[in-house]
Amino acid sequence: MGRKVAVVGTGQTYHRSHRPDVTSREMIREAVTSALADADLKIKDIDAVVIGNMDHFESINYVDTYSIEGSGAFMKPIMKVSTGGTTGATVAIAAYYHAASGLFDRVLAVGFEKNSESDTTGAIITCSDPIWDRFSYSGAIPSLATEATAYMEQYGATQEDAALVGERDRNHALNNPYAHLQRPLTVKDIMASPMLAYPIKLGDICPRSDGACAMILAADGIAQKTASRPAWFKAVSVRHTYTWFGDSTDYNKGLVSMQQASQEAYARAGIRSPVDELDVAELYLPYTWAGLKWIEDLGLCGRGEAARFVGDKNTHMGGKLPINPSGGVISTNCIGATAMLRVAEAAIQVMGKGGKRQVPEAKNALATGFGGCFWTDVVILSSERP
Amino acid sequence: MSDWRKDVEPLTLKGQIAIPYTWHVGDVGSRFLAALRDEKKILGSRCPECGKVFVPARKNCGACFVDISEWVELKPEGVIEAYTIVHYSHPIQPVKPPFAYALIKLDGADVGFLHLIKKDLDKLKNGLRVKAEFSGERTGKILDIDSFELV
Ligand SMILES: [Zn+2]
Repeated sequence: MGRKVAVVGTGQTYHRSHRPDVTSREMIREAVTSALADADLKIKDIDAVVIGNMDHFESINYVDTYSIEGSGAFMKPIMKVSTGGTTGATVAIAAYYHAASGLFDRVLAVGFEKNSESDTTGAIITCSDPIWDRFSYSGAIPSLATEATAYMEQYGATQEDAALVGERDRNHALNNPYAHLQRPLTVKDIMASPMLAYPIKLGDICPRSDGACAMILAADGIAQKTASRPAWFKAVSVRHTYTWFGDSTDYNKGLVSMQQASQEAYARAGIRSPVDELDVAELYLPYTWAGLKWIEDLGLCGRGEAARFVGDKNTHMGGKLPINPSGGVISTNCIGATAMLRVAEAAIQVMGKGGKRQVPEAKNALATGFGGCFWTDVVILSSERP
Repeated sequence: MSDWRKDVEPLTLKGQIAIPYTWHVGDVGSRFLAALRDEKKILGSRCPECGKVFVPARKNCGACFVDISEWVELKPEGVIEAYTIVHYSHPIQPVKPPFAYALIKLDGADVGFLHLIKKDLDKLKNGLRVKAEFSGERTGKILDIDSFELV
């Protein structure tokens, strides 16, 4: 068992479709300086840095070194971690491991992406096996669409049911000054948007954003002195599967990696009934259907019940378990930062710093990361020291 | 100090590289592809521990973490497990839309086989039977199976 660790500060950029005014390392610095200010720390207080983004996105191989001016890691221990869509959550978890190990007291975690600088589909397809799957599963949309049709056929969920997830998240984004898309999008708008791969329409999927996120983690003893209300790590869990699309998950059983990771995390956190014991969730939902199927995999409602659970506004602000007060991935998607934003936004909720997007009295928060061939990271944060 | 920003023209540079990778398929994968090309046969492999039949054939089982040596010939037929019909165009797609990507459970296999369906798109449903159509010119690649068609 490692040391207890908490998030003591977070920072993020104002996310946009493109940031021609800064390079990615200059953009990283915006997030890092705001995280340091949030924690009231100086860069000299940081003992180690973990950074990550998507491989192949900016065509910069050694981002650990490239980013030095922005991360502040000059002559400090720094490591790059990259796990596809989950990258940002994995970076946060790796930073947690650093602090929990006892080797480093204050660790900076950074995730970033300038999606505008690459061909996102071309870069994303490098997640598929080059020999067996890349010929066909071009980009992220087809594999997700396949999952969605299986879910539709199994439970009779409609395209409107899924669209409500998009409407909810885009409405929530109006409360988040950092969100990329800050225009409401309705079920009707989503239904009228062009069909990409059945049943996924343009309005069902996440945008491409430029942005960065940073978090500062501190070990027990230091965390309490640094933040008045630190966000303690109660549990983390990582589950990876095969890249074979025919064998990475069971399209008819659910997202197996998310089921296993969340069950392990709940057990570690002592959570028996997640929907009752969690106060808020920041979930990596890259498309609307995930907001139905995956909340079942997370055990937030029963199999086939998500359309009704979401339809009854249980996951809207003010509901039983608000999901994505930040607006989520449907509103902001700077991929290497996207999963870290889930963890950072969960920390913001627990620390009570959410402003207009704050869920009142949020104590326990769930954050997830999702990657390419159906793998999952889960983090549970709490205002209560475990 | 901040005034100069109003007059700045943010410049953009275009990348010049296209990286021509080549991938070695390996002995196991090569035997699978050569069987498609030369004999129009689909070969799988069976894990000695869990008994799962993988297709395309794999050299080892990920879950049991043991070597696999048993080859299994599969019928070029199976059922649709899940699919999507693609409507958007992108240069990296294998054919022009609309077409379907489908996960097909070949008879005797325990994992889905990822491939294309080009015809009868309005009739597709999970559970329907499909059959492999081999392409006339085969060069040792997964698209030596042209696509699957409803039986
Ligand atoms: Zn096995």
